[in-house]
Amino acid sequence: MLHFFYTNRWQILTLTLEHLWLVGLAIAIAIIIGVPLGILVSRRAWLRKPVLGGTNVLQTIPSLALFGFLLPAPWLGQRSDRLAIAALVLYALLPIVRNTYTGIMGVDPAVKEAALGMGMTDGELLRHVELPLGMAFILAGVRIATVTAVGVATIAAAVGAGGLGELIFRGLAMVNNELILAGAIPAALLAIIADVAIGAVENRLRVPK
Amino acid sequence: MFRSYFSETWALTLGFGAKWRELRLEMRNDAIPFQHRQPMETRSSTGEMIEFREVTCTLGEEKVLREFSVSVSKGETLVLLGRSGSGKTTALKLINRLLLPTYGEVNVNGRKTEAWDKIALRRSIGWVIQESGLFPHYSVEANIAIVPRLERWPRDRVETRLTELMQIVGLPPDLRKRYPHQLSGGQRQRVGVARALAADPEILLMDEPFGALDAITRADIQKEFLRLQSNLRKTIVLVTHEVREALLLGTRIALLEKGSLLGLWTKEEFAHSTDPKIRQYLESDRAQLPI
Repeated sequence: MLHFFYTNRWQILTLTLEHLWLVGLAIAIAIIIGVPLGILVSRRAWLRKPVLGGTNVLQTIPSLALFGFLLPAPWLGQRSDRLAIAALVLYALLPIVRNTYTGIMGVDPAVKEAALGMGMTDGELLRHVELPLGMAFILAGVRIATVTAVGVATIAAAVGAGGLGELIFRGLAMVNNELILAGAIPAALLAIIADVAIGAVENRLRVPK
Repeated sequence: MFRSYFSETWALTLGFGAKWRELRLEMRNDAIPFQHRQPMETRSSTGEMIEFREVTCTLGEEKVLREFSVSVSKGETLVLLGRSGSGKTTALKLINRLLLPTYGEVNVNGRKTEAWDKIALRRSIGWVIQESGLFPHYSVEANIAIVPRLERWPRDRVETRLTELMQIVGLPPDLRKRYPHQLSGGQRQRVGVARALAADPEILLMDEPFGALDAITRADIQKEFLRLQSNLRKTIVLVTHEVREALLLGTRIALLEKGSLLGLWTKEEFAHSTDPKIRQYLESDRAQLPI
């Protein structure tokens, strides 16, 4: 087993990096889209149902099917890594949007009122009060999204996007447990590391009461 | 109706939210029945700092304030006394435009609150809140310096003002880097007062500022408040439910019940009055005490 890992270390490493790249880019894009979307939803009550409902529906689509759905999309379908990243972004949106929204809405109304009463504009309220106080919540969303994405990204190998899923799929086809584990163990480790690391940042940002 | 909804959503999405709200506000004022409209010229001739003119404020279905008229002149401390639900906090929020009157008008510095830019209005009014409402993620100095920083004061001016304020409200300088949760209740309250005073506003609004303190600390802070006020001569509106606090801190006392003004007395009149309304409030206030 260890011997197998050792002889294939370069391939495992390359695929791990590829996996990391897929997940990292997808999460970055999901944050860029999701956090502003969460902020928008917190400002416009009528957007809450369509946006949160929409992201919720995305979450319920089985991942393999989602990859399939995106295949005929014009620009996305051309390259498998684009396709995989797009699917991962869609999956990551829900926890990020929802936690951004919950984080902002969860800020003590008394503190918000104090901020408004002191003459903060909406933007200042967001920047000085709501985002910093909701940050732990927002990061919790990012953490959930990242851990999920590490798992889902293994399926991206089904559309040829690479990553650790490649070893798993190959192992399944060849009925080779060592190969499956060579994909599954690094993927699990990635998920755990991401979970612990983001969790640590989250704890540092949590505001003491 | 559909059209207005639609265009509003677009205006908001495109980032014209603030402008649009102003516009809506004007439209809403137009919708007020004619007999309640005020003439366009709204400068009050009396020179009062704050003036309520027959203000009625409705929140949802409930009238939280009915035809409330009172004026506060420069340098005085008006106490709004009443139980919870009497509309006293509402009255306070009408002054810094956290709320707008449904009917009537509130004038600050001779100008209708609707006519003020709400950000400018609020920054020119200090606001001290129950439980102090400090920002838990800001240190003491950051909390105090909020308004000066929003107003983009130069760094050294903020610094000088900070030192000055900490001294005025009696906070030792070594507390500057602490966070609110590391302070005692009394210290938090002092930070709250310092924060309200930061940009040297003429008007100070205080909503049960000393309510959360134990009796001894409260007595201390109240005493200091009096000393402070004798130097600063701010125009203050203070909300409380406590008769003792009202008599100690106020120059005049307005008694509110269920959104209506029962009467307005100077401190001396109030203390010696035999008015049944006052007697009744004193009785109920006493009844709350465990003794």
